[in-house]
Amino acid sequence: MSSNRPRVTIIDACKNFGKIEAVKNANITVEKGEVVLVIGPSGSGKSTLLRCVNRLEKLTSGEIWIDGDCLTAHHADIRRIREEVGMVFQSFNLFPHLTALGNVTIGPRIVKKTPQGIAEKEGRALLDRVGLGDKYGSYPDQLSGGQQQRVAIARALAMNPKVMLFDEPTSALDPEMIKEVLDVMLALAEEGMTMLVVSHEMGFAKAAAHKVVFMDNGEVIETAPPEVLFHNPQSERTQKFLDHIL
Amino acid sequence: MAEINKSTPHRTRIEISDGALIPERDERALFSSWRISFFGAIALLVILPLISPDPYRRIITFIPDGILMTFIVTTLSIFFALIVGLFTGLGRISRIKIINRIATVYVEVVRGIPLLVQLFYIYYAMGRIVQVPRLVAAVTAMTFCYGAYLGEIFRAGIQSIPKGQMEAALAIGMSRGQAMSRIILPQTIRVVLPPVGNEFIALLKDSSLVSILAVADLLRRGREFASKTFYYFETYTVVALVYLVITLFFSKLVSIMEERLNRREQQ
Repeated sequence: MSSNRPRVTIIDACKNFGKIEAVKNANITVEKGEVVLVIGPSGSGKSTLLRCVNRLEKLTSGEIWIDGDCLTAHHADIRRIREEVGMVFQSFNLFPHLTALGNVTIGPRIVKKTPQGIAEKEGRALLDRVGLGDKYGSYPDQLSGGQQQRVAIARALAMNPKVMLFDEPTSALDPEMIKEVLDVMLALAEEGMTMLVVSHEMGFAKAAAHKVVFMDNGEVIETAPPEVLFHNPQSERTQKFLDHIL
Repeated sequence: MAEINKSTPHRTRIEISDGALIPERDERALFSSWRISFFGAIALLVILPLISPDPYRRIITFIPDGILMTFIVTTLSIFFALIVGLFTGLGRISRIKIINRIATVYVEVVRGIPLLVQLFYIYYAMGRIVQVPRLVAAVTAMTFCYGAYLGEIFRAGIQSIPKGQMEAALAIGMSRGQAMSRIILPQTIRVVLPPVGNEFIALLKDSSLVSILAVADLLRRGREFASKTFYYFETYTVVALVYLVITLFFSKLVSIMEERLNRREQQ
């Protein structure tokens, strides 16, 4: 039925904060099962654009479609669409008053009204999947940053989303914890999860990304497969940025 | 009156500027100021009736009804004030303009009028419509006043929770209401517990004002005794000591509670 539609379509997206144009006429498409990485200097609007995809920020103009639902339509059922879009934050944002299992089950229990027993069974399976089978009862402040971020990924997966958004998921982590989070993300990508990722993890980009989008100053400058964008960028600005980070 | 002090990113603490009633945690010395005041007051309350039974023993047997009434006024008022305060705090951060404005005006008005004036005003204003018992008028006025103060504490408490918590809750599909009741408020309670305890003690002290409406609280009972016997100095000594013992007792309770919360957080 809907299998051939792109999971995320961003059309001419603009976002202004007062006079500041954070995003200008951005166009990005994420097909089903595709992993799209967004890179760019800080302040280039990539996080803002990502936050628009689940309506934490509202576009000033333009359209965003999530698998056939228009998020920017006047009567859009934002909550239902948000259920289908998982989000992982830079600073994890786990709920500190709930255990790891509580964090993972609260979404299904409250939003989907899943019975507690079923939610917990699925929650435990998800925590097992991100390698935290021994941490069901731990509170966020008892976990390392890497473990917290993996709980956050499990929490987003618990809503069974059609697409996962990652907003610089490893930027707040100590170097030795980055790999454990990236491994989980790689496994997700291999299982065919549709992902839109804001990150500068080049290793992840080369291993998993189908497309890399370079943003600068609120604009999408270039979109290409990673091997093309990294080694043979078409735009001078892309080249300049890559010189800085590679 | 409530101010947020973000010392560390994850542990926020609200401090109230009007007085250091709640003992500091590290004040553990044998002769801490709390111990001197508390046990000193109790000692006086025991010794005075022993060395001069008349009038002290008579005073002490006369006022317990008043202590009970003080507790009734305080407990009822704090109970209703917590409810009013929660809704006021939510109203103060509401995105609906009219609700926000109502809550803000309420807080401004209450803060600008002395509690004693509010007591008179509410008693006589209510009296115009229907004659209410004095206790009801007293509790209404205390609730009206302290609801605004507690509202500011709830508002500060809610705002001390990092923005990412609401965003994370919305991102998994919760409504704002669900996010507030399931994610934000449970975290707020921990933050507001110490300042709410402080307000409880302040309310207990302010409850002495209801004696002006002839509610037979501790102060009123003292006055009744004194005006009959002319033992003004002796009576008010006992009244003051009893207030002191009660408030010091509760301030210790609040500090123990706060310490427990901190310890659990550190584990």
